[in-house]
Amino acid sequence: MSTATVPVDSLWDRVKGYSPPPRYLPVLATLGLLVGMFAIGGVRYEGFSDPQVLLSLLIDNAFLIVLAVGMTFVILTGGIDLSVGSVVALSTMIAAKTLELGWPPYLSMAAVLATGTLLGLLMGLLIHYFDIQPFIATLAGLFLARGLTFLISIESISISDPTFTKLAFKTVTFGDYYLRWTAIIALATVAIAAYVLARTRFGRTVYAIGGNESSAMLMGLRVAFTKVGVYVISGFCASLGGLLFSFYILSGNSLHAVGTELDAIAAVVIGGTLLTGGRGYVVGSLLGVMVLGMIKTLISFDGTLSSYWIRIITGALLLAFVIVQRFATRRSS
Amino acid sequence: MTQMDLQPAHGPKASSDADRPVIEMRDISITFGSVQALSEVSLRLRAGEVHALMGENGAGKSTLIKALTGVYSIDAGTVLVDGEQHEFSSPAASQAAGISTVYQEVNLLPNLTVAENMLLGREPRRFGGINVRAMNRRARATLESLGIDVDPTSELGEHPIAIQQLVAIARAVDVEARVLILDEPTSSLDTDEVAKLFEVMRRLRDQGVAIVFVSHFLDQVYEIADRMTILRNGRLVTERMVAETTQLELVKLMIGRELEVLERLDRKVSARTADESGVPVLRAVGVGRKGALEATDLDLYEGEVIGLAGLLGSGRTELARLLFGADSTDTGEVVIRSERRRLRSPRHAIDRKVAFSSEDRKAEGVIGDLTVADNMLLALQASRGWLRPIPQATRTKLVEQYLQALDIRPADPTALMRNLSGGNQQKVLLARWLITEPEVLILDEPTRGIDIGAKAQIQAKVAELSAQGMAVVFISAELEEVLRLSDRLVVMRDRRKIDERPNNDVTVGDVLEIIAGETREEEGPRA
Repeated sequence: MSTATVPVDSLWDRVKGYSPPPRYLPVLATLGLLVGMFAIGGVRYEGFSDPQVLLSLLIDNAFLIVLAVGMTFVILTGGIDLSVGSVVALSTMIAAKTLELGWPPYLSMAAVLATGTLLGLLMGLLIHYFDIQPFIATLAGLFLARGLTFLISIESISISDPTFTKLAFKTVTFGDYYLRWTAIIALATVAIAAYVLARTRFGRTVYAIGGNESSAMLMGLRVAFTKVGVYVISGFCASLGGLLFSFYILSGNSLHAVGTELDAIAAVVIGGTLLTGGRGYVVGSLLGVMVLGMIKTLISFDGTLSSYWIRIITGALLLAFVIVQRFATRRSS
Repeated sequence: MTQMDLQPAHGPKASSDADRPVIEMRDISITFGSVQALSEVSLRLRAGEVHALMGENGAGKSTLIKALTGVYSIDAGTVLVDGEQHEFSSPAASQAAGISTVYQEVNLLPNLTVAENMLLGREPRRFGGINVRAMNRRARATLESLGIDVDPTSELGEHPIAIQQLVAIARAVDVEARVLILDEPTSSLDTDEVAKLFEVMRRLRDQGVAIVFVSHFLDQVYEIADRMTILRNGRLVTERMVAETTQLELVKLMIGRELEVLERLDRKVSARTADESGVPVLRAVGVGRKGALEATDLDLYEGEVIGLAGLLGSGRTELARLLFGADSTDTGEVVIRSERRRLRSPRHAIDRKVAFSSEDRKAEGVIGDLTVADNMLLALQASRGWLRPIPQATRTKLVEQYLQALDIRPADPTALMRNLSGGNQQKVLLARWLITEPEVLILDEPTRGIDIGAKAQIQAKVAELSAQGMAVVFISAELEEVLRLSDRLVVMRDRRKIDERPNNDVTVGDVLEIIAGETREEEGPRA
């Protein structure tokens, strides 16, 4: 890709052309943070520098990665989806209950995905056509999904279906290292989402709405379709995340994933996506999830710090990123 | 110079042009409810011509544009495209006929690239995905053809407003527009940026595009436009060649009364002369703001009414807002009673007994769901602080007093503000500021859109207040009103003060001449 319209580039111009555009800076900052944390861990703790530590991060957080992908779509339009944690719990419960009732495993999975997608569609329609604030509409979704979970069963139901357990433990090995299938699915979700956001009209319209909704409308873009669409995607991702979570935890429980929506939002924000919309990358959200996971890993490797510190450090990081964003947007406007 | 050629001509002037217009709007009428917004207005746009649409605020320019772009539906009249009748039921239909519009505010997306802003919605695609390379190539070609030197892969928000404006035009041009409508495109541009815009406009004109140019800047109209259509009060005044019309004629056509009639108006300027020996109550030293007002000086003395005259967009409102601290100044300072302190917010000004009644009473003044009494007491309560409520007895007394003094109807303190007529709302707003007993009162268009009776009452009140020692800055589009009330006259044009003089026998004609940029000597002896 050429860097300037003037044909005679001086060497300096070309060197300058290699500096990353400012819009990538937040993501690069998150990457730098992740690398820095990994380096500190590697120096301080025995066995931390093993690449498997990183792969385990992906495995343990596969469901959160998928949630963060859906959340990225929503936040890019300037909205928010608070329902995803509850949808994860509902998904585990639907999977566990339908399997208990003897449904074939793939039908059970389809039911889970359909439920999440439908919930997302409902919230999207409410938000766009009834002009209800995303915060409120998805807060209602949060209560609804959690309530439905209790309605299905108050008790925890364990999953023993062989297809589920097989999927849960199936791994792909690279020499000495391995990834579980769940992590592969999560990474595939990130890749597909990245393509959709960067290279499709739908994806660019997501950014356009986040930039200025009325301008997007005047430019003749499909605002209604896209705005509802991001909540459908988020609902789908939440139920897919719920499936991955049920592979991981092999039970359906109404108390699963309480507050996970906040982890997903934190990951998206730490990944450099602007809460006001229009700016951010799904890869950043992946890195954001990795940073959150890395904090946990660091603290568990340390052994002397109590687990409260996970929350405190997460909070501090979140604050730092939001303040940095604030300055970044103030400068650009 | 023909002075008498001012008779409004309804219907287009007979034209000897053989070339058929690309677009012809014939006898367009539009009503909104009971309001006749446009009445038998015609507009003819020819290929390869810049056509200025002129008129004061409320003349019907934007209504006419919106009729052409399919936003409003037409009640009567026809639109011909290449001589064939068309009906534009939606913006899309109008765009399909080759009509593109660039609005005053740039309606683009700062967070996307220049190329995306130009082509989003009709970008080249490959295998279902956007072909970014092809998109950038096409954007670059269009930009180059317009002589705009911008990297299409850069983010739009990185560029100044002027470039964004040009990108908006490039987007409009990419749809192969045959008619390009530019609504106030220069209102936030500086001189160099305007020159750049004009360069692009000329290039498009030479390529055969018909351009509609709406601007309040007369100099710019004279620089770029070939022909103009002048509207007033929703009616067509005339269509003229720009080169054959002097600026003075144009201003008269826009404002629209014959000079003789204007000059015969009896004026009630009192012989009061303000005490200019003392310290000014309010003093602006080199006050300016980029894109709004060039550095301006103004001294306001006790008991004096300064009238700000000028066309819409001349900087009169901008100056008022800077004096009140509603906008922050880029240069200079406002000194109140020799206290050298930069006004940083309206709060500062209110604390120093300056009051400002905005021209936009709907958006910046009236709170429709509160009662008349609440609306009236708002400013006083705000300046007292919310922790010190006004005693009920005082409230009742103040409200009753001003309901009577300004003859507000209904004289019911509990009536909801939104149920009042415009004139009565305006009087409540005036009362709101008078209750705070200001020393300086800035009134921006206090009489716009209200009936004669209310107008006279407000004028009388202003005169009375200044006689009591209040310093007033009075802004109005109606020159007669400004002349009747003010002791000193400040004339604004193109965002700067071009003249300041005591209001001794100044006539509306004089002011028009000053605004039109001609000296009195050229005009010859006055009637």
